[in-house]
Amino acid sequence: MKIVGLTGNDAVAEAMRQVDPDVVAAYPITPQTELMERFAEFVSDGIVKTELVLVESEHSAMSACVGASGAGSRVMTATSANGLALMWEMLYIAASCRCPIVMTVVNRALSGPINIHCDHSDSMGARDAGWIHLFSENSQEAYDNTLQAVRIAEHPDVSLPVMVTLDGFIISHTLERVEILEDEQAKKFVGDFSPKYSLLDVQNPVTMGPLDFHDFYFEHKRLQVQGMENARHVVREIGKEYGALSGRDFDYFESYRMEDAELAVVALGSAVGTARGVVDELRDEGKRVGLLKLRVFRPFPRREIVELLRGLKAFAVMDRSNSFGSYGGPVFSEVRSACYGQGLELPIVNYVYGLGGRDTTFEDIRRVYQEIEQMASSGKAPDDIRFLNVRE
Amino acid sequence: MIERHPMDQLLREDRIPHIWCSGCGLGTSLTAFMSALQDTGISLDNVSVVSGIGCTGRVAGYVKLDSFHTTHGRPIPFAVGLHLANPSLKVVVFSGDGDLIAIGGNHFIHSARRNLDMTIICVNNFNYGMTGGQGGPTTPIGAKTSTTPYGNFEFPFNIPHLAAASGATYVARWTALDARRLRKSIHEALMKRGFSVVEIISPCPTLFGRFNRQGTGLDILNSYREQTVIQHGADPAKVGIEPGGKIIVGKFVDIERPTFLDVVNQGLKGKFGPPVEKPRAEELAIPSVDE
Ligand code: SF4
Repeated sequence: MKIVGLTGNDAVAEAMRQVDPDVVAAYPITPQTELMERFAEFVSDGIVKTELVLVESEHSAMSACVGASGAGSRVMTATSANGLALMWEMLYIAASCRCPIVMTVVNRALSGPINIHCDHSDSMGARDAGWIHLFSENSQEAYDNTLQAVRIAEHPDVSLPVMVTLDGFIISHTLERVEILEDEQAKKFVGDFSPKYSLLDVQNPVTMGPLDFHDFYFEHKRLQVQGMENARHVVREIGKEYGALSGRDFDYFESYRMEDAELAVVALGSAVGTARGVVDELRDEGKRVGLLKLRVFRPFPRREIVELLRGLKAFAVMDRSNSFGSYGGPVFSEVRSACYGQGLELPIVNYVYGLGGRDTTFEDIRRVYQEIEQMASSGKAPDDIRFLNVRE
Repeated sequence: MIERHPMDQLLREDRIPHIWCSGCGLGTSLTAFMSALQDTGISLDNVSVVSGIGCTGRVAGYVKLDSFHTTHGRPIPFAVGLHLANPSLKVVVFSGDGDLIAIGGNHFIHSARRNLDMTIICVNNFNYGMTGGQGGPTTPIGAKTSTTPYGNFEFPFNIPHLAAASGATYVARWTALDARRLRKSIHEALMKRGFSVVEIISPCPTLFGRFNRQGTGLDILNSYREQTVIQHGADPAKVGIEPGGKIIVGKFVDIERPTFLDVVNQGLKGKFGPPVEKPRAEELAIPSVDE
């Protein structure tokens, strides 16, 4: 194990260096660019054996990834915001062809208006594309999640693409203390990739992506659902195995000071770090507050999350993206829907925060805890979505 | 004392200072365009500027004209929509090589093929400046960028050849040093019927220049003095930029070809009734804002 100072982008590039994927196809977009620049240096210096293709658009990047994955290669890429949006068509193809591609999404607000700063509108928009979504709180987790993502994606019961997200600039460009596994440890952990089907296996020819109408399309989609369902146990097993190796256990979520908590916030990404600090402060003031950090958004751990929320008096769900016209952001909709029929009679409120990189401070999160405290005593949740730190 | 910059009337002062680095060729390129626009006498009410993403893409936000700052690679399709909805508009696409030739390359060739009546100003600095100087489809062989630290080994596009082969009616290339010739060339391109393309070779001292030890913006402009050769009418196929070779500049193509709307009006629409094309901008008797 080594301790180094790395930005989120560098940390993922380090993980990619250790994985040494066969093919990487990418196109520059802020704030992901430094990640790929760093990786391009590894390629140019012969440190990795990867075939790096600097294609002419993200649509081509994901297309090349699907092709390479179909050929039985281990494939990785990275993008952000509009780059991810341009991949949209191919995201679904990657998932339906069961290509275990690992992609870093450095979260950035989706235009328009044009904005390069963090929110989750990019990856949340892709939540139904059939990819597994792992969120990272900091550079360390961006590194850890990337290594685990390779194993999750390639697990024969899963065989699905995984996106590992990290907050643009807040994590991608912030230098932090990161523990890196020894190269041999990391390589041993990810192991070799032996795909079940490969376009280059000439003895057993297969066709990928053919027409699939009313006769079998539905069955194939059902199998895709099963792959995602299987990911539930695989994510956990690999999280434990990685914990034994690194000393950092991973699960669907991390509960922070939830033991006797009456009030809690559910959040994901870098805002969790801020919320952690607020929880510590409020605990010092004698408040029984906790925090639930969601790491796995797809597959959504609906049963497990309800058990953790059951004992509360009120809680808030934080969304760093909008779902226009819906009641609440994507995380809220999932959490609230998971609670239905589970006997949780308590106020649940949604806060949309940090759009387009708007800062979310201790004061903002404190306000959330104050408001849910009031909701807990009145027993009533507001029937509207709250927007944190916005001019109205 | 000069109280106001002569270009003020064409710039959104509230967006200034601009983000461009000192020594960048974009300032000269924009000045050449605005001067050329004034020279044409076209009413500013009838001009629309469309840009994509990148350092050059900021142009749409700086000009005090009807403008659209679009997504990466898509200024041409936006411009096509503008032009077809209101053919009396003078539509100018002002964007960079990464935007127009890489991610938007498909739109570039197909709009040239259809000969849509618009002007394309493509500032070529051989890399993706905005995102940190990555290599792209115009990076010359051997040139260093942040993604090609030991030199690029992919063959680049020759933009004038691409434009000419795809059907553009006007193709010229100048450097940011040729301020006057560039102005005249953009003037011609603006007045040209059909898909007109002006490529501007421009210094990016901050990234491409730094990676390739080209010195300051001024040094790079000086190097153009040595490196460029004016060859009007040169075969576009032979003006590719080779490492260490001369940069051929000049007007390479100036031909007549029916525009997309010409053929639509004569062909399909001609069978039904009067043409859909409205009068051209310069034929309209709308007073310009500076009158
Ligand atoms: S990065 Fe290069 S192209 Fe962009 S403004 Fe600076 S000098 Fe000009």
